[in-house]
Amino acid sequence: MLGKLSLSAIPLDVPILVGTFLGVAVIGLAVLGAVTYYGKWGYLWRDWLTTVDHKRLAVMYIILAIVMLFRGFADAIMMRTQLALAYKGNPGYLPPHHYDQIFSAHGTIMIFFMAMAFMTGLMNLVVPLQIGARDVAFPFLNSLSFYMTLVGALLINISLFIGEFAQCGWLVYPPLSEMQFSPGVGVDYYIWAVQISGVGTLLTGVNFFTTIVKMRAPGMGWMQMPVFTWTAFCTTVLIMVSFPVLTVTLALLSLDRYLGMHFFTNDAGGNVMLYLSMIWTWGHPEVYILVIPAFGVFSEVTATFSQKPLFGYKTMVYATCSIMVLSFVVWVHHFFTMGAGANVNTFFGIMTMIIAVPTGVKIFNWLFTMYKGRVEFTAPMHWTLGFMITFSIGGMTGVMMAMPAADWILHNSLFLIAHFHNVIIGGVYFGYIAGMGFWFPKAFGFKLNEAWGKRAFWCWFVGFYLAFIPLYVLGLEGMTRRMNHYDNPDWYPWMLVAEVGAIVIALGIVCQLTQLYVSIRDRNLPENLDLTGDPWNGRTLEWSISSPPPAYNFAVIPDIHGLDTFHTEKQLGRQAHGKPLAPIHMPKNTSAGVFIGLFSFILGFASIWYIWWLAAIGLIGIVATMILRSADRDVDYYVPVSEIEHNEEVYSRRIAAAQAAE
Amino acid sequence: MTQAPTTTMTGDSHGSYPSYLIGFVLAVILTVASFAAVMSHALSPGMALAALTVLAVVQIVVHLVFFLHMNTSTEQSWNLMCFIFAAASVIVIIGGTIFIMHDTAINMMSR
Repeated sequence: MLGKLSLSAIPLDVPILVGTFLGVAVIGLAVLGAVTYYGKWGYLWRDWLTTVDHKRLAVMYIILAIVMLFRGFADAIMMRTQLALAYKGNPGYLPPHHYDQIFSAHGTIMIFFMAMAFMTGLMNLVVPLQIGARDVAFPFLNSLSFYMTLVGALLINISLFIGEFAQCGWLVYPPLSEMQFSPGVGVDYYIWAVQISGVGTLLTGVNFFTTIVKMRAPGMGWMQMPVFTWTAFCTTVLIMVSFPVLTVTLALLSLDRYLGMHFFTNDAGGNVMLYLSMIWTWGHPEVYILVIPAFGVFSEVTATFSQKPLFGYKTMVYATCSIMVLSFVVWVHHFFTMGAGANVNTFFGIMTMIIAVPTGVKIFNWLFTMYKGRVEFTAPMHWTLGFMITFSIGGMTGVMMAMPAADWILHNSLFLIAHFHNVIIGGVYFGYIAGMGFWFPKAFGFKLNEAWGKRAFWCWFVGFYLAFIPLYVLGLEGMTRRMNHYDNPDWYPWMLVAEVGAIVIALGIVCQLTQLYVSIRDRNLPENLDLTGDPWNGRTLEWSISSPPPAYNFAVIPDIHGLDTFHTEKQLGRQAHGKPLAPIHMPKNTSAGVFIGLFSFILGFASIWYIWWLAAIGLIGIVATMILRSADRDVDYYVPVSEIEHNEEVYSRRIAAAQAAE
Repeated sequence: MTQAPTTTMTGDSHGSYPSYLIGFVLAVILTVASFAAVMSHALSPGMALAALTVLAVVQIVVHLVFFLHMNTSTEQSWNLMCFIFAAASVIVIIGGTIFIMHDTAINMMSR
């Protein structure tokens, strides 16, 4: 009746997990209680959970990403603490079974549910506004994508308290992840969480690709698109090509596990190395899916805060596109050691080194944008400068490892760990936080606190170097990754330094929380309010409308005459558009996304535990909800002209008030 | 959305009687040639395989042009681009995987 599920699946014998569960339960009940106490359930359901508005989905994505950042970081600091203790006679406080789950969960959560969710959130918030669109091409799919991501995140976190998580690393390499060696439900949790969220990501890719191709404002040709939109476009292309590969790879692994097939087993004709090749065919484009939008954020931030147009817009676009193409022909550099010959390794090694060229072009473009600009050192600009330094170092160690001969020594060592954290924290994370600070006023109508933002930056920046430079040293000294215990006295001091670094990064996260708290507390102070919708003297279309924007974004779709039209018009004196207002056609909110998400959760959870009747209910529920949604003809409405006029009048009064205050 | 789309899909060609006829004749010729290449035993097995490959690729192009109306006109540019994109992805992913796995199999003597 309940498949593999029984009471013994709940790890009551692990005090850390019981404590965590109590903490999560208390916080969760407090949140639910607060919502009930203030009577906000209706508001939450109508205005947020069932919304198809890309701006609100963006906020929900980023909240999810921040919560997942806590979870992933908690894993990280537990690993660092274990390694700071587990030297010689001390076994540390995490037994191998638990430790292996932690490093697997850390990677999976940080990539799929922190970085991907954050990236999707930023794209959701900014892309339609930058191209002058009123929503994305498929608003309902956008809501569905969010719930798919959320369900994946829920499944992976439930594995903490019911059952176990995978112990084979964040890409669950076979043969370790096969039934023979991992008979528990950990790998199944991984498969279902990643598969379900992968559907969401693929839909997001299709959705935003269509939006950018079909819904640009009149006159906006390809070379008039803002750079962030360009990077989002390249990311959607990468998503559409690579995510199906991930889906197929994990589907084959599930066939091995559930139906006893032999795609990746050691015996009966399976080929383990095929899994590596396939998963990295997705995996390498994936890291570019994450970092290319971050490049877009840096381009917008640098141009805006240097008060100059971006240096070399066209080279930036070409560099982005060539990175997009090249990222597809480098995947073997993740497994140079698997035994391919010199032909294969040389080809992929050279391709990897070539990627450094367009990336270098970008770095110089940002530097020349700042050159002779009037640079304002705001918090987003701090993150950008920190990125340029950190990412360059990470890129150089990457080119080092692109040499197959060097990689044979550095493969699977802590040097590799230091390298990819160097580019992912220094590139992706710094970029997303810069983007969050930059576009926060657009989403909420008030600015984030600058002082706490800068404190957060310095903690992250210093903490990063303290935590990861020691790992470079340890890697060169021969320490491998995923180690639970060691005896080498040379490693011990470096592990202690890395632990200090992790604590400094923890302070950075505390500063970020404080920043959010202080900013919300002081949101009505005049210096924090964004009345004009253009707090930074911005260049692109999203700054031409009020903050937060109305649901339909643009009362009148703007005409585009070139790059940075909004900025040019601002310099010439803001012109009234003069076009008559017309009723605006908008999509209605829908609960279909919530229900498909709910049934997907049931399907995933039941399949993990082999509760087949429940899985059937989940599957039928998904299909039934889809049919009901397809049969529903009442999916849109018109915003009347009177309401648009009212909003426009409020906005122009706010602008007048802001001008009077100056 | 009421806004004017940036690109339109109007004016798609659906072919004409002569174009379908030309396509049909070409497809028949290519099919007969494929069978002939194998059944006549005039070519060595290796050469026959090469001839079949070439004939098959030409057959695909004939179908695309005459039956699926793919051409270089502006109305078709997105279809053409998507097709080239899909073909390139398939070549890179499948071709690359065969290249890697074949080389590994030789070096590791796994096959």
